[in-house]
Amino acid sequence: MTAAGERFTLKATAPDMRRRRRAERRFRFISQAALILAGAVLVLLIMTIARNSVSAFRQLEIGLDLPLSEETGRASLKEAMAQAAGLSLAEDEGRALLALLGGRAAREAARQRSAALAARPPAPLGEGGKARFWLTASDDADLFLKERPADSAGEETGGRLSPLQKKALARLEAEGRTRFVLARFFFVNADSREPEYAGIRAAFVGSFLTLLITLVISFPIGMLAAIYLESFAPKNRWTDFIELNINNLAAIPSIIFGLLGLRLFLDLWGLPRSTPLVGGMALALMTLPTIIIATRAALAAIPAYIQEAALALGASSMQSVLHHVVPLALPGVMTGAIIGMARALGETAPLLMIGMVAFIAAQPSGFTDPATVLPVQIYLWSDSPERSFSSKASAAILILLLFLMAMNALAVYLRKRYEKRW
Amino acid sequence: MPHDQTKLHPRKGTIMTRTNLILALAAGATALLAFLTLYSNPNDTSGAAREIRIVGSSTVFPFSSSVAENYGQKYPSRPPPIVESTGTGGGFKLFCAGTGLQHPDIANASRRIKESEYQTCRANGIDLTEVRIGFDGIVLANAKKGPPFALTRRQIFQALAKEVPIDGQIKPNPYKKWREIDPSLPDLKIEVLGPPPTSGTRDAFVEIAMEGGAKTFPILKTLRERNKKAFKRIAHLIREDGAFIEAGENDNLIVQKLIANESALGIFGYSFLANNSGRLKGATVEGAAPTFENIASGQYAISRSLFFYLKKNHVGIVPGLNEFVREFTSEDSWGKNGYLAEKGLIPIPEETRKAKAAEARALISLDL
Repeated sequence: MTAAGERFTLKATAPDMRRRRRAERRFRFISQAALILAGAVLVLLIMTIARNSVSAFRQLEIGLDLPLSEETGRASLKEAMAQAAGLSLAEDEGRALLALLGGRAAREAARQRSAALAARPPAPLGEGGKARFWLTASDDADLFLKERPADSAGEETGGRLSPLQKKALARLEAEGRTRFVLARFFFVNADSREPEYAGIRAAFVGSFLTLLITLVISFPIGMLAAIYLESFAPKNRWTDFIELNINNLAAIPSIIFGLLGLRLFLDLWGLPRSTPLVGGMALALMTLPTIIIATRAALAAIPAYIQEAALALGASSMQSVLHHVVPLALPGVMTGAIIGMARALGETAPLLMIGMVAFIAAQPSGFTDPATVLPVQIYLWSDSPERSFSSKASAAILILLLFLMAMNALAVYLRKRYEKRW
Repeated sequence: MPHDQTKLHPRKGTIMTRTNLILALAAGATALLAFLTLYSNPNDTSGAAREIRIVGSSTVFPFSSSVAENYGQKYPSRPPPIVESTGTGGGFKLFCAGTGLQHPDIANASRRIKESEYQTCRANGIDLTEVRIGFDGIVLANAKKGPPFALTRRQIFQALAKEVPIDGQIKPNPYKKWREIDPSLPDLKIEVLGPPPTSGTRDAFVEIAMEGGAKTFPILKTLRERNKKAFKRIAHLIREDGAFIEAGENDNLIVQKLIANESALGIFGYSFLANNSGRLKGATVEGAAPTFENIASGQYAISRSLFFYLKKNHVGIVPGLNEFVREFTSEDSWGKNGYLAEKGLIPIPEETRKAKAAEARALISLDL
């Protein structure tokens, strides 16, 4: 009876087992494929951005011999360019040659001249009391030497340079008067309409100031709200209603917060437009729900016996929460806050309404100075006709991504380092 | 692990500092909020020198910000102007909202101010002056490797309108290939990437190219004389069967797609063609190529005027407005060899430019 029963079971389940194993293998394979696909897309994305951004970090400079004895103006620059390129100095040619240099070349030359004059020991001079000045080239010249569009079959293929400019550039290159250097301006300048001078410093500082305001407002408010809701608030229709609203707010499109900011902060309170102060406040509204939800989750994860033990030993409600529950929940709270901040760092939509999507050529030095932020800078550059801006946009994306990764890594570290498992 | 200590031996010190920190942060935030609530009121005009505020068209944005940058370098002691890209309509909405330091001083526009916008402005006590800064050509271009296109506005209308006249009757657009419209055109599927209806470029394209093409049909011409609304409905309606693809506000995106797809045409502003002349070529319209010279002389048909509007009420209150207008209207910026021309602005003709500059600097009130 038993033997027959066994045989019967084996017979009945064997094909079923095989089918179930096959199903499991299939499931595992699909899951792994999904993971690999997602990873590959991410790698592809980052590789594309990195490849596009490379040229933003290199900048062409043109070496000119200029006399130290006199001020450099456009006229002397023109002359030096014509000389270096081995061309005569007709008016139009001079203009075309000057266009190979960046728009602020005269100012750069003046700065280098005063540096050379102040140098001890004095800078070595070439013939005729002239020194070699390295000046930033225009974006067109820069792009031309980076891409070197092929002149197949003698056809005009590439770039915005005239034949004369191409000839001059070839001559300059042959004489060793061109060089690629690290694009310093990209890191130290504010935005500019000239790609060769445009930089992310102002946007970076703007992002920092904005996030600081966001953090100062949303972290304490969010935390206190969460602590109250989780540990003190009575359970009734009102708190249910509030909870529902917080969950809703976490999911609404971010531009709504921009509209709210426009009406409340700008129109009603009359705060200055386009400033990190207002931007930070609008983003704080946006991150508040995220922080409240994360904080509540962190508080709820602390076992009840911690608080009960404190109460049993005579602590008041407030003491048991603030002395015991909150410190233990802090790693989770901070993780939530950092992830909220990371989201705020990448936002442009709420800032559109309060005037931070703007061309601002000055560096912000305070919370009430007009400023823009990194994602806005990326948006503005990627929308510009000048081709050099597209690589700048990629470079800015790369930097923004690095920051987001650093913030998320910090969140993971805090959690790993301080979190207690129960 | 500090937490273990806290748990086993509640040391007052560490716990109190944490609690105090939280309370201090909360107090700080409350104080900040209180301070902000009491901050200046909106009608406060006594504030220190404010920077010039410019809003408006995204087409004028690169030119306006170029001038702002150069102005900023000329007057380093002043805060440089701030240029926001809000779109022409959005710009007028902000601009016409009123006078006072919280409102912008200049509105950029890729079309003339509308009667309704002008009335809003006047109703809010705004005295404004209009400056025409130059022209922008709207080009149809394809990849350099693709076939050359020689179009007319009539053909553009036939290729893109939802309904076209065939044998004297309005019918749904049957054309699938360019060759079906005219044997001289390439044997390619009609595939045009263009801006969405929210874009000023689209407005101008529809008004100049499509309307211009529609007018060449006698049946539509008579309709226009009898019923302008019905005419516009036909002339402005772009086909929705996939031949015209709305490619988003970002013109760079259209450029990218054109390079990838050699058989497609794209519609965008001249400055994007000028910056990508190595990769794209413009279609000729009625025999005129979309070049700097042809747009400036008016030979190239699809071009529009660009403007900015200055709030005269703010002159003397917001410092530097006069200087800004002077910078914008100087030969160095809007002239034939100026920096704006390099950015793709087509200057107004040489003969009238000087007079226009003088007119702009005199700040004559606009009267519609």
